[in-house]
Formats: sequence, structure tokens, C-alpha cells
Amino acid sequence: MWYYEKKLQYPVRVSSCNPQLAKYLIEQYGGADGELSAALRYLNQRYTIPDKVVGLLTDIGTEEFAHLEMIATMVYKLTKDATPEQMKAAGLGAHYANHEHALYYENAAGSAWTATYIAAKGDPIADLYEDIAAEEKARATYQWIINLSDDPDLNDGLKYLREREIIHSQRFREAVEILKEERDRKIFF
Amino acid sequence: MNQPLPPSYYELLEEIQAVDFVLVELTLYLDTHPEDYEAIGQFNQFAQQSKKLKKQYEQQYGPLRQYGESYSGYPWNWNSAPWPWQV
Amino acid sequence: MFTQVKYYQPYNSPHDPCPPIRVKSYQTPPQLYIGFQPQNLQQFSPKQALYCGTLWPAFYSPYPNPDGSDDK
Repeated sequence: MWYYEKKLQYPVRVSSCNPQLAKYLIEQYGGADGELSAALRYLNQRYTIPDKVVGLLTDIGTEEFAHLEMIATMVYKLTKDATPEQMKAAGLGAHYANHEHALYYENAAGSAWTATYIAAKGDPIADLYEDIAAEEKARATYQWIINLSDDPDLNDGLKYLREREIIHSQRFREAVEILKEERDRKIFF
Repeated sequence: MNQPLPPSYYELLEEIQAVDFVLVELTLYLDTHPEDYEAIGQFNQFAQQSKKLKKQYEQQYGPLRQYGESYSGYPWNWNSAPWPWQV
Repeated sequence: MFTQVKYYQPYNSPHDPCPPIRVKSYQTPPQLYIGFQPQNLQQFSPKQALYCGTLWPAFYSPYPNPDGSDDK
């Protein structure tokens, strides 16, 4: 069962009026390595993974929705007051023609989100390695968006999200170790 | 209800976000370290602190949680602005 | 101890049309090196943790701003 809490996980601030950044940020909203993909991937895998790892997938999957909300907040703040001319200048003319200021699950190139972005192999090791790879890809994507952005307040939020991917990667790696079931064996050198 | 919120709102919200963030980090850590006794103690301590801060917040600014996890004022104030992405 | 950035020099040809990038870098953040997180690692204060994105300094991975400046 899911509950929603009416607050952001992290105080998002955007200080420069630069709608073009919204075009790049949307990659983490509806893109292949974005937060929606992450949330749905982990929450779906958890039904068929060994019990000792279900909690981790549930908790990280839930946190990804909080991150999705943060990206949405950034995009919302950057576009809510934009005129059609500003949207066109920002490269968001095609988006505006379809959606006006509404957000949509698409990537930076305008392609719609698809379930083909996520995998669920039913094999716990395969699933967890997909999850580790997903976190590293998300981390890299945040790096590229930070590189494109000159808004220091926005970048604070993006660096926070990048650091979260590092922690998630760490937990999935630990989950693999747990499933290897060698934690209690002493290893002699 | 479109008056801007005072700085004290943002300060209290930041306090809550910081405590809740520690709870998220400890949750993920405990998911893979279930036998860390001190971490569980820290988790429960921060959980208590979070509830205390949220009670204070909700008295001034309305419910944070839905479906009865928070109490409602009169009239129904769950769906009043601002929402988190507007703040 | 480990470094979080590694550098390499890509091959540049005299026939390349554009000014070459001589040194490239890639990130090697903490989760590559720490293994299973040990107990009792030092922690940030709650506010510091929130702004750094993690409770533990051992996992903190700074990323430079595009203009080269670092923060925190």
C-alpha cells in the first residue's frame, strides 16, 4: 500500500530562469535511466526476488518516486511562467504544441517512456546487476545534466540526486553479497 | 490562499527534511545490515524526533499525510495549496 | 585510500578536424571500493547529511560545477 507525504525529500531551488534546462532535466523524468524507470523497475522486481532483499527493493523503489517528484518540481518551476516564444527558444516548441506546460513522461529527445526501458528476468542475480547498472547510468546522466547547467541552486539538487544513486548502487551491491551467502564464511588469506 | 509562506515555514520544513533524510539513509542501511543494534537505536530515536517536528508543522500548516496518517482540520485541509512543487 | 577521478589520454590523429581533447576523466565513486559497508562509520550531522546526499562522509562524492569550482 502506498502513502504520499506532502513534502519534497530535499529542498529544490532553481535560481535562473532558463527553460532550456527543463528539456535536459526531462531525461531523468521519462528517460531510460530516469527516476520513473528506476521506481517501476525495482517495485516490479520485488515480487519475485528472495525475501531478504524485498525490503531493499521496496524502499529504494519508493525513494525513486520522491526523486521523480523533485525532477518534476525542477521542470515545473522552469516552465510554469514561460511564454510560447520562450518555450520555442528553449527547444520545447514541439512539447508545447502537444502538452502546453504539462509535464510528460518523455526523454530529452522527445521519445515517450516505454516499459522496454526496464527488465525483470526473474533471476535475482541478473535483476540485481541490472539495478546496479541502472544506478550507475543514472549517476552518469546527472553528471551530464550538471555539465549542461550553470544554475548553482539547481545543481545542488542534481548533485544530491547523483549522490543518492551512489548510495543505491552500494546497497544493491550489498544485496548481491547477501545472496551469495558467504557473509558468515571466514575467508583466509 | 496564495500568500507567500514566511521564512519560519522553510526553516521548519528543512528541519523535518533533514531528520527524515537520516531515517531514509538508516532504512536502506538496515535493509542490508539487520543486526546493527546501534543503528536501530538511532533509527527509533530519529523516528520519535520526526513525529515531534511534524506535529508542530501540522498544527501550523495542515496535514502532511493522507488517508488518516495525519488528522484533518475543518474545513478539510488536505488538498489546500501550496503543494510541494509550488513551495 | 582511493581517488574518485581517473584520467587518461585518448589517441589524437593529425587528421582530426577539431581541436583535440587531450585529457579525459571518469568518475570512480566510493561504492566501487568500500565493499560491504562496515558498522560505526562516522556520520554527518542531519542537515549536513541532507545537503551532501548521504549520512556518511565515506560515501560522499563531490562533483565539480561546470565552471570548475567545487563546493561544500
